[in-house]
Amino acid sequence: MNARVQGPLPHGPEWDFELLEQYDHVIAETAAEYALDTYPNQIEIINSEQMLDAYASSGLPLGYPHWSYGKAFIRHDQAYRKGYQGLAYEIVINSSPCIAYLMEENSLMMQALVIAHASYGHNSFFKGNYLFKQFTQADAILDYLVFSRRYVMECEQRFGTAEVEEVIDSCHALMDYGVDRYRRPQPQSAKEREARKSEMEEHERRQFNDIWRTLPAVAPSAAATAAAAFPPEPEENILYFVEKHSPRLAPWQRELVRIVRKLSQYFYPQIQTKVMNEGWATFWHYTLLNRLYEKRIVDDAFMIEFLHNHTNVVTQRGFDQQGYHGMNPYALGFAMMQDIRRICENPTAEDVAWFPELARTDWRKSLDFAMRNFKDESFIAQYLSPRLIREFRLFCVADHVGKAELEVDSIHDDQGYRRVRRMLADQYKRENMLPDIQVARYDRDGDRSLTLRNQIFRGRPLAEDEANEVLRHLGRLWGFPVRLEAVDADGRVDGYREWRP
Amino acid sequence: MNYLIDRRLNGRNKSAVNRERFIRRYKDHIRRSVKGMIAERSITDMAKGGEVKVPAKDISEPSFHYGSGGDWETVHPGNKEFVRGDKIPRPEGGGRGRGGSGTGSGDSVDDFVFTLSRDEFLNIFFEDLELPNLMRTAIAEAEDRKLIRAGYVKEGTPSNLSVARTMKTALARRIALGGPLKEELEAAREELETAMRSGRPMGEIEVIQARILDLEGRLARLPFLDDVDLRYRHRVSVPRPAARAVMFCLMDVSASMDERKKDLAKRFFTLLYLFLTRKYERVELVFIRHTDEAQEVDEDTFFYDTQSGGTVVYSALELMHEICTSRYPRSDWNIYAAQASDGDAFGADPAKSARFLREQLLPLTRYFAYIECPDENHSGNSSLWVEYEELQKPAPNFAMRRVYSPGEIYPVFRDLFRKEKV
Repeated sequence: MNARVQGPLPHGPEWDFELLEQYDHVIAETAAEYALDTYPNQIEIINSEQMLDAYASSGLPLGYPHWSYGKAFIRHDQAYRKGYQGLAYEIVINSSPCIAYLMEENSLMMQALVIAHASYGHNSFFKGNYLFKQFTQADAILDYLVFSRRYVMECEQRFGTAEVEEVIDSCHALMDYGVDRYRRPQPQSAKEREARKSEMEEHERRQFNDIWRTLPAVAPSAAATAAAAFPPEPEENILYFVEKHSPRLAPWQRELVRIVRKLSQYFYPQIQTKVMNEGWATFWHYTLLNRLYEKRIVDDAFMIEFLHNHTNVVTQRGFDQQGYHGMNPYALGFAMMQDIRRICENPTAEDVAWFPELARTDWRKSLDFAMRNFKDESFIAQYLSPRLIREFRLFCVADHVGKAELEVDSIHDDQGYRRVRRMLADQYKRENMLPDIQVARYDRDGDRSLTLRNQIFRGRPLAEDEANEVLRHLGRLWGFPVRLEAVDADGRVDGYREWRP
Repeated sequence: MNYLIDRRLNGRNKSAVNRERFIRRYKDHIRRSVKGMIAERSITDMAKGGEVKVPAKDISEPSFHYGSGGDWETVHPGNKEFVRGDKIPRPEGGGRGRGGSGTGSGDSVDDFVFTLSRDEFLNIFFEDLELPNLMRTAIAEAEDRKLIRAGYVKEGTPSNLSVARTMKTALARRIALGGPLKEELEAAREELETAMRSGRPMGEIEVIQARILDLEGRLARLPFLDDVDLRYRHRVSVPRPAARAVMFCLMDVSASMDERKKDLAKRFFTLLYLFLTRKYERVELVFIRHTDEAQEVDEDTFFYDTQSGGTVVYSALELMHEICTSRYPRSDWNIYAAQASDGDAFGADPAKSARFLREQLLPLTRYFAYIECPDENHSGNSSLWVEYEELQKPAPNFAMRRVYSPGEIYPVFRDLFRKEKV
């Protein structure tokens, strides 16, 4: 190991690779003290233009060509040039090795902060959280991106850019519905099927009773035959259904659908864990750099610059302040992580009453448990403490149809804590962000039409124009009539819209 | 193991392909914007980038999401005075009071505005014109030739003799031919010395001395300069497009030329101007307007100042000729002219003009285009048209067309330049 010169490390606006290595080294040592489990790191320095490129492709290092990325690029580029928008200090990619992009414009302190934040914070989250474990394969994603890019470009050459673009456009419209929320069961092997079959036969044999033979046979009713509808269960992953069952798509088009679906699935855990992920990374850059300061590896000036930046990141504006855009995931996540540590280390009577399982435990273990086993919704529902609700002064506003005014539903008081916590958690629920639309029927033997069902949730309607547009896109992929029926809470069909080729 | 990689030198224009896709997809919008820009701009700053607006509606990527309505609860931070049960009036504008939660995409209806680079602008501008072909076929290659240095040759005129180069070659030759002799001479001298020192017989010494004399003679006979050493500077003549061009815009501004016709003319002039700027480093513009007498004016006056009077085309041609000879000698300038008129000319004027054009102007100009913007419902040939038509056959650098509406400008322009190919 390279021996480090004692005394604080230098800092300032300029950085060089040697210094970055030194910082990375001490941060890695400190992270090891806390037993942070990470993928190997790959830290890459890029300039602002490359950062804009990365922005445009949702932070992925490469992607297939598509106009929507061009649009995103133009938008970011304009905003950046005109000064409406700063650029992120870093982008980190859930892959193994975990790639973190650092902007060359960052000062040395910022680079250290970003290394701690991305390469140790986010990285360990990617490796530990159950959603990421379930749905993404960190070591395969980069290869898959390379494959998808090459595949799309090959298709463009063979079948024409416009044709490929059409399919991808349609898939993008349905991208939110290309996600499995639960892992699909592995297909059974022949052996398993065999075992299952004999198990069932055994079961039947034991249940055998000669008396049943005496029952008169009932002719299968018309309703029962009609009920042999397909799919037997509603399918929430619309793109998956299209890929597997579309009557019209050519094999290469199916592969394109698959590519978009995989990409969407890759982003799914990130969307579901925004607060936790950012909170965790922010918590760790804060903890690690403070530890460096305790060890006197960095000096006061470094810390002051650091705290200035850190505070900017974790500022939560009030609802009535300018620049308020809802809850700041950094602020909420960081506060909750800190709070868990506090409850573990010095709980108040209130904390003991609310979180008996946390109080006076090893904070490292409890926090690690929280990181591994939750997503935003469940994390908030589980860990948001009354103290934080008071600190953030959270309140819940109800906006109900048929009432002329909004009503304050609950605030940060004894009656309100649980309800505010529930409501905030619900806000991160997928149902709350996306209408519930699933594939209900595929009329395989009739007109081959596809019927989607929109289960209306709390009377919230779909955005009309866009729903029709999306339906048109789906129709393009499906090639036969597609229908979208709205079903109210009682299961009554409220009305439907249709697209015919 | 951690890796630190410097990616700054990697390609930065990764998004270029996506940007280009975007532009291709929204070409119609962009083309419309470009047309708008053409109308607004003066001819000389036509060739710039520009802002393009695409309505947000057309560019949106649709997805299923909630519309307004239904029951919502939203949690906000920063409560100051609210308590349970407080009523708050609904915010204006049909907002759901949901803050930034819910749909992340936002329902903003602002137009999507972005800037076209100069090249992108020109590409779209010239898109219909198939410019690369035009460049080759339409405008004859410039005749100017320029001598440029192209190394050295063995033959040439004395004035082109390169002394330094010749000396170099001579030196090389002398070393190449004299080197072995010198070595031999050196050896012989040494031999002589040892022979003398060791007291060899005289006969032997004399042989060596004779050899030395012979070698010295041969060395001395190596010429300092030889014919084969001579090197001359070589020059080849390459065709050089004259870097300068002047474009004459001639327009009839008599009362019969209304705004519509002028607009048509302006578009045509613009096209020609842009076309020329792609080919020449510097393009000057001369605006000549005429009624019954011709005037040289600036661009604004040319297009927007109203003047009325009769029509004498001849006066404008004459003025152009005058300006050509005094300010733009043919040897230094590529002369282009575009004339726009509604074709009304009277008496002897058309015939006189045509003759003047044929005899005096066409030999001077590289290209002379005449466009006629007749009244919309006009049919039949104008007097000027009839006379000019005679010119078309013998003069390949003369072209004429009729234009009725702005939509025809591109095709006509293209047509004009394509004609020569046939």
